[in-house]
Amino acid sequence: MVERRPAVTLLSHLVLLLGILIVAFPIYLAFIASTHTRDEIVQVPMPVTPGTQMIENYTAALTGTAETQGSKAAVGRMMWVSLVTALVIAIGKIAISLLSAFAIVYFRFPFKKIVFWMIFVTLMLPVEVRILPTYKVLSDLNMLNTYAGLTIPLIASATATFLFRQFFLSVPDELVEAARIDGAGPMRFFKDILVPLSQTSIAALFVIQFIYGWNQYLWPLLATTTEDMYPVVIGIKRMIASGDAANDWNIIMATAILALLPPALVVVLMQRWFVKGLVDTEK
Amino acid sequence: MAAISLRNVIKRYGHGAKANQVIHGVSAEVPDGEFVVIVGPSGCGKSTLLRMVAGLEEISAGEIAIGDRVVNDIEPAQRDIAMVFQNYALYPHMTNFDNMAYGLKIQKVPKDEIRRRVDKAAKILELGHLLERKPRELSGGQRQRVAMGRAIVREPRVFLFDEPLSNLDAKLRAQTRLEIQKLHRELRTTSLFVTHDQVEAMTLAQRIIVMNAGVMDQFATPEEVYARPATTFVASFIGSPPMNLLKHAPGVRPGQILGIRPEHLTLDGEGWTVEVEQVELLGAERLIYGRIGEEQIIMRAEEALGAPEVGSTVRMAAQPDKLHWFDAGSGKRV
Repeated sequence: MVERRPAVTLLSHLVLLLGILIVAFPIYLAFIASTHTRDEIVQVPMPVTPGTQMIENYTAALTGTAETQGSKAAVGRMMWVSLVTALVIAIGKIAISLLSAFAIVYFRFPFKKIVFWMIFVTLMLPVEVRILPTYKVLSDLNMLNTYAGLTIPLIASATATFLFRQFFLSVPDELVEAARIDGAGPMRFFKDILVPLSQTSIAALFVIQFIYGWNQYLWPLLATTTEDMYPVVIGIKRMIASGDAANDWNIIMATAILALLPPALVVVLMQRWFVKGLVDTEK
Repeated sequence: MAAISLRNVIKRYGHGAKANQVIHGVSAEVPDGEFVVIVGPSGCGKSTLLRMVAGLEEISAGEIAIGDRVVNDIEPAQRDIAMVFQNYALYPHMTNFDNMAYGLKIQKVPKDEIRRRVDKAAKILELGHLLERKPRELSGGQRQRVAMGRAIVREPRVFLFDEPLSNLDAKLRAQTRLEIQKLHRELRTTSLFVTHDQVEAMTLAQRIIVMNAGVMDQFATPEEVYARPATTFVASFIGSPPMNLLKHAPGVRPGQILGIRPEHLTLDGEGWTVEVEQVELLGAERLIYGRIGEEQIIMRAEEALGAPEVGSTVRMAAQPDKLHWFDAGSGKRV
């Protein structure tokens, strides 16, 4: 039992508050910076209260109309590209992993063990290792600068397959047998029983994979060459002009805040599912 | 409804020389509408046998027929059976109504027919007010009733029960036992019921199959199984405390085993000399544990007879018409 003593409570709250401050302060600064004019930010000391330029800055960033030295691509478009990419990657990964885990757990087929281990081994090969051959294949297939090119190489996922496999193994055999007696064929069982039971795992994976897809940097850098196919993460980088040129930090920070919103939103909205997944131990 | 016949059913796992045979040729005819309990210790193959009837395990050799149809190669769903599992095996994400209706939905039974059948089953099982809840909101006994409801709505020709009462507490078990009996009286569906509990077997069954290490030792009414056990295994498995099996007591010839139930012993000056080791009071009666030489013997005596002192010797005699003789080699009744 943890004792309830005021001093301990106070201390633990202090530690928590400190942690929040450390994590949140940079984000707060970014937000402040995005509400000032370019000249106000570069002053020393930097302002720490919100300015008046918020609407102007965000409109400029979203539409790409700012007078800036770096890339002038519209953030709105980039956000769209990022969103599509992240969604396709997350949903694609979940769909493929569910199916492959289903095959591995519930079907007998030749070389099943080898197949499983091959999938497992790819866990050890990050995107970076196979990036050149992947790029070659993609360019040969004329898939550069397409959504397909941005997403397909990132969809296959050993992690998710493995996770679903573990979950399926924990589903009691009697449930499978009950479904067999009820006359549910394999796909029917998958659709009516396995997928609904995996809901919480699916939700958790969706959050993780959405953020993974949203944060992709290296792969889109190679797979896209035109401005209208850049995801927002690359957009931020390209806004920062190299050399000594003065950067429009207010616009860049506005873009950063915008880029941060969708993943944050996904986490906040899906949090309920996490909690449900933790409380709901029944299978 | 239908009869079930098992014709020299064999189950082995693995192939060739490494094959592990767990059921060694079981043959039995269960007539239409009979309630048969398969009983035996764990690992005797009783569940495997049931699962072969259900179609969840392949039949290695022999034949199983339901009605006049051999079902060896027929999928479980097409066998016209319904099964109740030990752990209920309800679909946790569906309401109880959907749990019961799922099989019918797959069979594409019309909606109002499903409604009608589920309502009827819910009425029999007193589940009406729980239909819209999910299984996890129910107690163990209620869940088991939903599982039975799922079996009933299919209106199968055969019910299969795989230790359905094991997860319930003692009181609920007795109650559910009565409900199953009532259900069978109403529906008259041929039923196979697997259990390791001899009380369940004796109370529920019209006939009992006693399994021992993959062999069917006896297939008879509860009375017969108790009064005329076919083997020493049946004799020691059915009855509590079990039948005394004596090899060396005075009057038993070598190669024979004498069986005598504890309640068929009397305290009598003419009988065996028994050294009393322990006495247990069960209320209306006492169990007297003793030894004839090296062999243990248990006697059930009326409480009014008084308790012999531990360490003393008494004389015990068996009622002559209640003796069972078995062959020491095969264990079979002679």
